[in-house]
Amino acid sequence: MRRSVSIAGLVFVVTSAVAYANPELLRLQTDDKQWVMPGKDYSATRFSTLNQITKDNVKNLRPAWTFSTGTLRGHEGAPLVVGSTMYVHTSFPNNVFALELNGPDVGRIKWRYLPKQDPSVQAVACCDNVNRGLSYADGKIFLSQLDGYLVALDAATGREVWKVQNADPKVGATMTSAPHVMKDKVIAGVSGGEFGVRGHVTAYDIKTGQEVWRAYSMGPDEDVRLADDFNAANPHFGRQNQGVATWQGDQWKTGGGTTWGWYAFDPSLNLMYYGTGNPSTWNPTQRPGDNKWSMTIFARDVDTGKAKWGYQMTPWDAWDYDGVNEMILADLTIGGKPVKAVVHFDRNGFAYTLDRTNGTLLVAEKFDPDVNWATHIDKQTGRPVEVAAMRTQAGTNSQGVCPAALGSKDQQPAAYSPQTKLFYVPTNHVCMDYEPFEVKYTAGQPYVGATLRMFPGPGGHMGAFIAWDAANGKIVWSNKEQFSAWSGALVTASDVAFYGTLEGYLKAVDAKTGKELWKFKTPSGIIGNPMTYIGPDGKQYVAVLSGVGGWAGIGLAAGLEGDTEGLGAVGAYKKLAEYTNLGGVLTVFSLP
Amino acid sequence: MSFAMAFALLVAVEVLFAGGAAAQGRTNQFRVCADPNNLPYSNDKLEGFENKLAELIAKELGAFPTYTWWPDRRGFIRNTLRANLCDVVMGVPNGYDQVRWTRPYYRSTYVFVSARNGGFRVRSWDDSALRNARIGVVAATPPADAMIKKGLIQNVVSYRLTIDYTTEYPGEIVDHVAAGKIDVAVIWGPVAGYFAKKQSVSLEVVPVPEIPGLSVPLSYEISMGVRKGDRERQTQLDEVLTRREPEIRKILEDYGVPLVEGPLVRKPDEVKRGVVGERYQ
Repeated sequence: MRRSVSIAGLVFVVTSAVAYANPELLRLQTDDKQWVMPGKDYSATRFSTLNQITKDNVKNLRPAWTFSTGTLRGHEGAPLVVGSTMYVHTSFPNNVFALELNGPDVGRIKWRYLPKQDPSVQAVACCDNVNRGLSYADGKIFLSQLDGYLVALDAATGREVWKVQNADPKVGATMTSAPHVMKDKVIAGVSGGEFGVRGHVTAYDIKTGQEVWRAYSMGPDEDVRLADDFNAANPHFGRQNQGVATWQGDQWKTGGGTTWGWYAFDPSLNLMYYGTGNPSTWNPTQRPGDNKWSMTIFARDVDTGKAKWGYQMTPWDAWDYDGVNEMILADLTIGGKPVKAVVHFDRNGFAYTLDRTNGTLLVAEKFDPDVNWATHIDKQTGRPVEVAAMRTQAGTNSQGVCPAALGSKDQQPAAYSPQTKLFYVPTNHVCMDYEPFEVKYTAGQPYVGATLRMFPGPGGHMGAFIAWDAANGKIVWSNKEQFSAWSGALVTASDVAFYGTLEGYLKAVDAKTGKELWKFKTPSGIIGNPMTYIGPDGKQYVAVLSGVGGWAGIGLAAGLEGDTEGLGAVGAYKKLAEYTNLGGVLTVFSLP
Repeated sequence: MSFAMAFALLVAVEVLFAGGAAAQGRTNQFRVCADPNNLPYSNDKLEGFENKLAELIAKELGAFPTYTWWPDRRGFIRNTLRANLCDVVMGVPNGYDQVRWTRPYYRSTYVFVSARNGGFRVRSWDDSALRNARIGVVAATPPADAMIKKGLIQNVVSYRLTIDYTTEYPGEIVDHVAAGKIDVAVIWGPVAGYFAKKQSVSLEVVPVPEIPGLSVPLSYEISMGVRKGDRERQTQLDEVLTRREPEIRKILEDYGVPLVEGPLVRKPDEVKRGVVGERYQ
């Protein structure tokens, strides 16, 4: 008798845990007064129904209050707003601040979390010590630290609830991307493809931090966690054993395919969507083969981690076109038929629209017309049709390859408005020369790598903010930017789109025409993502982190050295130093 | 040494032998950036051949060496020499464009390492023994190109370039040859020579032949590196390197560095436009 009671009790506890987290986030992600996850909602649209700020009054937008993050390196991502608290993250050492939104003490620090991280992990991180922000669920704030620890903090007090190691920096694995909560699990990825890390995504129980499943980007099928019907709808994408068979020898063991981007989730299909990065070994000549499943869009069951489908965008990568950029879920009409789509703007310069239920490729077109490494994507095979002269390899001097390694777009996430049916995409317009025979040196070993020399693409500008029709694969309008548009985008129900620039402007444009409506120069270049919320006073606010860095920050530092030996007289990004300086600052805007 | 300790040492620049140096009338610092745990090159106990060379060169300049420690991996030059934490790094390949390099003071090569009493005493890339061998190669280094070219990639056992200092060390691949876990290692000469001497089993270290048509060289000339633009220091070091050639050679030979003759690594004409970019994640 006693035994059956305790079993019944256990069953009750388990069910309630599952039932609890799920409806909470389902509700919060649709409450546009708050902003509780990196992409605003599970579909990662970065669309808000708020409409106090309009095309007519946005010209009156002005800073309401500001906050210094106290760190200098690049600030990607966006703050969260949960209830009357804003949660702000910083670059290394990844401090977290909980800020009061209730007046009169707006911006007062309720608590701060200052993690102690071994400073030597900075030596491992590739391209500046960025962090892309936080997630919220179940009364907890989730933080990915550069040193590989995933931490759950009590949202009310900032105290650590649990902490697990997800990546080991001593072997080159770090964490820069935001954790993503889906149902009762928090999913974490890794960075560090250059160091021979084998990329993976891992699900942890939000209550305890216990690992639920881990799925690798390459290796045997059980490691990659393929469902039995994996790619059944598109067998030509590849099915079983590709994670080993498309590599030579044991190279998959150090295969790369890291997972540092922005993920999305469809609760009705129970599938999560994310992309994998470049295969690790620098020199493509050393790893002939497709190198699956690097450069791949994956759809996985969030409870089991099993992959339902996977589509590799750039087989045998030779350009460093990581496939990690954001996944955006949208219900589109294509050829008169409603489609549950996932839309992805890849580093390789193509925008992909796929049926998110089964991975079928529907649209794949260049979102920068000057992309020249491939002529098009063959819809029958799903493979790019390459331009031979643009494939970089040892012994071949490839010049004028577009885009450069940093891609036609990097991690800066686009937004989608279900009202205009358009995607708002911050882009890069930078090309490269790839020079082989550059001597490199690591860990006391010399070898020959290549040097990438980057310069503005045709037209002389280095970026653009575009509106994209993903049903037809067409640019609707395009605003040129002097430098790469390296900030995320936000779009609202009043058809106003926001984005930041490397010079430090936050800009508002008409979502229908692209006409610039307003801009404000913040203290540093913007590589963070604008967000919006309703304050306790009932007013709509727009917030953005400034703090130049990331890839662009390295460019800035290189330009500041004043040493042009071997660099060429005018470095494309050197000019950026005339416009901005390092430093993390949050600026919150409102109407008067 | 732990990774954390490596950094702790890095923060404080160590002034070593200052008392002795002052007694000999040496007052200037010879500021070196080096890896605290990367034998045979350097460590924070000053046991590496680059430590010995730094002492020799500093003495010649009437100075004493001081060290800033940083792991020799991605970002090493950016965080040390270019951050002005030191003036010299003791070993870089001639042609390494992150620095201004001095005249080369040795040339070494990738080598075959095998057990002297085993069946895999390899002398050439076409040796039939290689066909059945388990071949250890550090991922991303030139021997991986050679393996592809010679159709041996299925035999390769990959070792990571970036390793965990707390549990691994660069000599592990040589230990594995001695222990019979792999049959042949194809690795960089200074690492091979130093660790081969430490094994209880007798190992052979044989320079690999160059492969015609291979797009990467298998031997490299090694220079010291100074900041770009620091022409004066480069000239000064060139003079010392020439003057002390016999002593330098002696130190290298003591550490088992395989030395080979050969031409400079050639660089193509530089394209003078744009900025040099690092790969972004």
